[in-house]
Amino acid sequence: MVAVEELTLGLDSGEIVALVGDNGAGKSTVVKCLAGVYAPTSGRILLEGRPVRFSSPLDARRDGIEVVLQDLALANTQPVYMNVFLGRELVKGPLRWLDRHSMAAQTQTLLHELDVRVDGSSQPVRNLSGGQRQAVAIARAVLWAQRLVLMDEPTAALGVAETRRVEEVIRRMRDRGLAILLVSHSLDQVFRLADRICVLRRGKQVGVRRRADTSGDEIVAMITGLR
Amino acid sequence: MAGRRTYLVFVAFLLLFAFFAVVLADDGFTSRTNLLNIVRQTAPVTVMAVAVVFVLSAGEIDLSLGSVVALSALVTAKVLQTEGLALAVAAGLGVGLGIGALNGLFVTLLRLPSFLVTLASLGFVAGLARTITDLQSVAVANGGFIDVFGSGDVGPIPGLAFWGLGAVALGHFVFRHTRFGAHVVATGDDANAARVAGIRVDRVRFAVLVLSGAAAALAGILYTGRLQGATYTLGEQDLLVVIAAVVIGGTRLFGGQGSVIGALIGSLILGTLTNGLILWGFSSSEQLIAQGVLLLVAISLTLREPKGEHAS
Repeated sequence: MVAVEELTLGLDSGEIVALVGDNGAGKSTVVKCLAGVYAPTSGRILLEGRPVRFSSPLDARRDGIEVVLQDLALANTQPVYMNVFLGRELVKGPLRWLDRHSMAAQTQTLLHELDVRVDGSSQPVRNLSGGQRQAVAIARAVLWAQRLVLMDEPTAALGVAETRRVEEVIRRMRDRGLAILLVSHSLDQVFRLADRICVLRRGKQVGVRRRADTSGDEIVAMITGLR
Repeated sequence: MAGRRTYLVFVAFLLLFAFFAVVLADDGFTSRTNLLNIVRQTAPVTVMAVAVVFVLSAGEIDLSLGSVVALSALVTAKVLQTEGLALAVAAGLGVGLGIGALNGLFVTLLRLPSFLVTLASLGFVAGLARTITDLQSVAVANGGFIDVFGSGDVGPIPGLAFWGLGAVALGHFVFRHTRFGAHVVATGDDANAARVAGIRVDRVRFAVLVLSGAAAALAGILYTGRLQGATYTLGEQDLLVVIAAVVIGGTRLFGGQGSVIGALIGSLILGTLTNGLILWGFSSSEQLIAQGVLLLVAISLTLREPKGEHAS
């Protein structure tokens, strides 16, 4: 069995491309290949024209690719700033002390820029709401991503108001010049956010449409294969 | 959070101390000699408690502590009979590092739970400690060794206090102020999240188990210095005491949160309790009961915290 047989997709910086398809169409597999979780058995990934191979998520991160997952990968007992810097903590001095002050300050600035209302970087993440937690995960991606952010159902666990706020943050990421690949079940959300929409069906690419040139009906027809 | 908890534990320590000071006023509880005794007696437990803060915070456990104490102590004492101080200490520490590394390898390479791996090494090491000396005690006559690791003083303060407090200071610095400390806590909090964030979770697990073995070995060496000899029963009761001290001090049994300062206070609470109960005339069996009750109270308080999802 091959999860994804056929996909040719380019992303520009400052662009949100949505990847849609029914359950089992292969969306998450694409994300995991790009994130370095799976190695594709064939095909190429080009980053700014240069072919890359990722043997682990660390490789992908080194090339400026960040992932925001549905199940928030946060350390719950740790403060917000330690989560934003998790695994990449700042240190200072010859003893390599953790520079908590800088990390907290940078986190605060970042959250402010993204207009995320999470107070104080000092409280543990477990005290935050689902939307705030996802905002923290996204802020982390924004801070570290230089090129591409992969988002797999970033709002699946959130309420309506929280979803809107997270969508606002995603738009602001695009405005900062990042390329964003968004996997979402919600066509409403896809039409609110995406510049282009790529449809997968049973591991094959059905087509790519500009949002301005397509309609919900057309995308649904492409997803289901029914006309 | 952890800070407030540490404060509360400190208050509990002061209350316990005040209680004994009043009740045992005529038994010399507050005498200088007795207070220094408490510090001397708790030093090995404190050293191990510092390491166990790392182990528990990383979501692991080391049940082999007590038997490593005995084996390291015996090896150190044996080597001292023919060789010098440096070689003996190196041999003792080597035993602890080696067993810690073995535990770590089984946990990381074979992906076995540390509970089972260290339960097995507990038996293995305890058996080894009994075998190498045929259950005989080994006396130590090396004056330099006894001075450094046992009865010696630094000014008016017992040398053993320096070992204990030195371990606390170093442990606190590493735990709170280095990337390694942060990675230990993140690993115990959510190993998957830590892995996704690029933390080498297996290295962390290996490191805390090696640290634990080394701390147990140092504790064994300190016992050998204080008692001027080693026997296979050294450290037998220490696992309960060390884990109680650490948990009382605010470290979560299931990882993700810890406090080295809290562990020091926990160790002092248990040391004071033991000392007070001895002066009061309680037997060692009754002291065990008291320690068990105290641990139960501490665990009840810890698990009552609004964070049950990790307990499952």
